[in-house]
Amino acid sequence: MKVLVPVKRVIDYNVKVRVNAENTAVDLTNTKMSINPFCEIAVEEAVRLKEKGTATEVVVVSIGDKSCQEQIRTALALGADRGIQIDTDVNLDSLQVAKLLAKVVEEEEPGLVILGKQSIDSDNNQTGQMLAALCGLPQGTFASEVAIEGDAVSVTREVDGGLQTVKLALPAIVTTDLRLNEPRYASLPNIMKAKRKPLAVKSAADFGVALESKVKVLKVTPPAERQGGIKVADVAELVDKLKTEAKVI
Amino acid sequence: MAILVYAEHDNAHLKSETSKMINAAGQMGGDIHVLVAGENCQAIAEDAAKIAGVQKVIVADAAAYKDQLAENIADLVLEVGEGYSHILAAATTTGKNFMPRVAALLDVAQISDIIAVESGDTFVRPIYAGNAIATVQSEDNVKVITVRASAFDASAEQDAAPVEASGSVIESAKSEFVSQELTESERPELTAADVIISGGRGMQNGDNFALLNGIADKLGAAIGASRAAVDAGFVPNDMQVGQTGKIVAPQLYIAVGISGAIQHLAGMKDSKVIVAINKDEEAPIFQVADYGLVGDLFEVLPELESSL
Ligand SMILES: Cc1cc2nc3c(=O)[nH]c(=O)nc-3n(C[C@H](O)[C@H](O)[C@H](O)COP(=O)(O)OP(=O)(O)OC[C@H]3O[C@@H](n4cnc5c(N)ncnc54)[C@H](O)[C@@H]3O)c2cc1C
Repeated sequence: MKVLVPVKRVIDYNVKVRVNAENTAVDLTNTKMSINPFCEIAVEEAVRLKEKGTATEVVVVSIGDKSCQEQIRTALALGADRGIQIDTDVNLDSLQVAKLLAKVVEEEEPGLVILGKQSIDSDNNQTGQMLAALCGLPQGTFASEVAIEGDAVSVTREVDGGLQTVKLALPAIVTTDLRLNEPRYASLPNIMKAKRKPLAVKSAADFGVALESKVKVLKVTPPAERQGGIKVADVAELVDKLKTEAKVI
Repeated sequence: MAILVYAEHDNAHLKSETSKMINAAGQMGGDIHVLVAGENCQAIAEDAAKIAGVQKVIVADAAAYKDQLAENIADLVLEVGEGYSHILAAATTTGKNFMPRVAALLDVAQISDIIAVESGDTFVRPIYAGNAIATVQSEDNVKVITVRASAFDASAEQDAAPVEASGSVIESAKSEFVSQELTESERPELTAADVIISGGRGMQNGDNFALLNGIADKLGAAIGASRAAVDAGFVPNDMQVGQTGKIVAPQLYIAVGISGAIQHLAGMKDSKVIVAINKDEEAPIFQVADYGLVGDLFEVLPELESSL
């Protein structure tokens, strides 16, 4: 079984986010960029499936300009077999990304697609579900456990009330939650090896997908700052403040 | 123009998210209809009919909808939602699961997690864990939207609007419910609670979370946690507050042994009053706290419980 893992290049999760002076976007000049943490979990899961002998090949795909090859190489260093970069400098919405990925699914015919549940930049939580719908496939989102059982996959999902387990006919789409696994660190030899793994570059324009979005970003502003508070000396002062000043207890 | 709101419920009770979404829908302009899909959910539909602003409730009552499987619900929403200008669901694990399917099949974008409505086509939503706020305008003919309910007040009540049945039963052969493990608790739900007390890695283990119980009892509070506490297995995943967990905005949020990483703050910084209890006076949580108490939680918590 082939496993396809789409990955996204995003701002590193440790970096402090700044809105640009024009209030049109987040300022990404000279910021550290990384593979989206949820995508990294997806790569790890796919690689583990290969190590168990369930998967035969792990293919990673990223959509973006040339810089996203860095994240593809990261995934290859974690153990993926080959990469595909779909080249575009358009800032795409989830729907356009899902449409491009649907074309890749058509071409590659994977048995399983594993994606991150959300990217930590746009926080949309859409692409996996959209891809599933466009391909007419079942989905197991927010997965904390994935088990292949013959021609089906059992997915335990983190839901608001606890956990839910569903069984999906393969091929299927899975999106990862934080507790699915803890990604390994790439070893130096594997980082070197990753440089020689195949990476195909395709132009987004060749897929016949309309890339423009119907959603316009009118402005991007910093959030309202919370007023700094005070330090209380002890529990008695805390309780008193909550009762008489804040009046919340 | 008419707006279809997908009701949030657990087959037993209508959840407060529904009433808050209807408030948001009211700001978009147009008739508001509610779709209740589930099993044995007639009583829930009748409750939804009493939310001010609702003109009609459509109920789809079938075993296929009981577990809210995305494949079935998305197709139902597409069928019932035909002709509507807006389709809304809560940004819960249910809404987040099926709504993008609806959007993709309608060939429109989804606007996720809105926190304010500027007009029928312009919405405000947080990005980058709430470190930036985007105002977006959609030119799609149908607006598919998930709503961050904690950002909206509940609607008032009204005399019941009519409830009608949808006979449609859609059941995908590709996806099947196996089991669920729901956390049973007498406490209010995190997303509906007026007071929340959350524990982090500083709690050291799951047993120590019992130190929060007495305080939660006295305050009628829900108990939450940081990701570190969930990852370490102290408490179940449904207690995680944050960018990728639950987003809450109670009257009072008490963070105990939580450092205040941006991903945690993203889930609670819109609380009205924030209290932080942490032994490290440099912990970033103090930067957002209205009242900070520097101290060892193992001394502070028993004292706090007895002084309430
Ligand atoms: C993709 C991604 C998504 C994430 N999503 C979330 C999310 O949704 N929610 C979330 O919470 N985190 C999330 N995180 C994790 C986040 O970055 C932090 O790692 C996490 O919030 C830390 O949890 P903590 O504050 O409990 O632990 P720590 O950062 O380890 O802090 C523990 C605190 O306890 C204090 N302490 C220790 N002992 C005591 C004592 N005896 N008395 C008083 N204080 C004490 C310490 O001083 C310290 O400040 C995410 C991270 C990533 C990468």
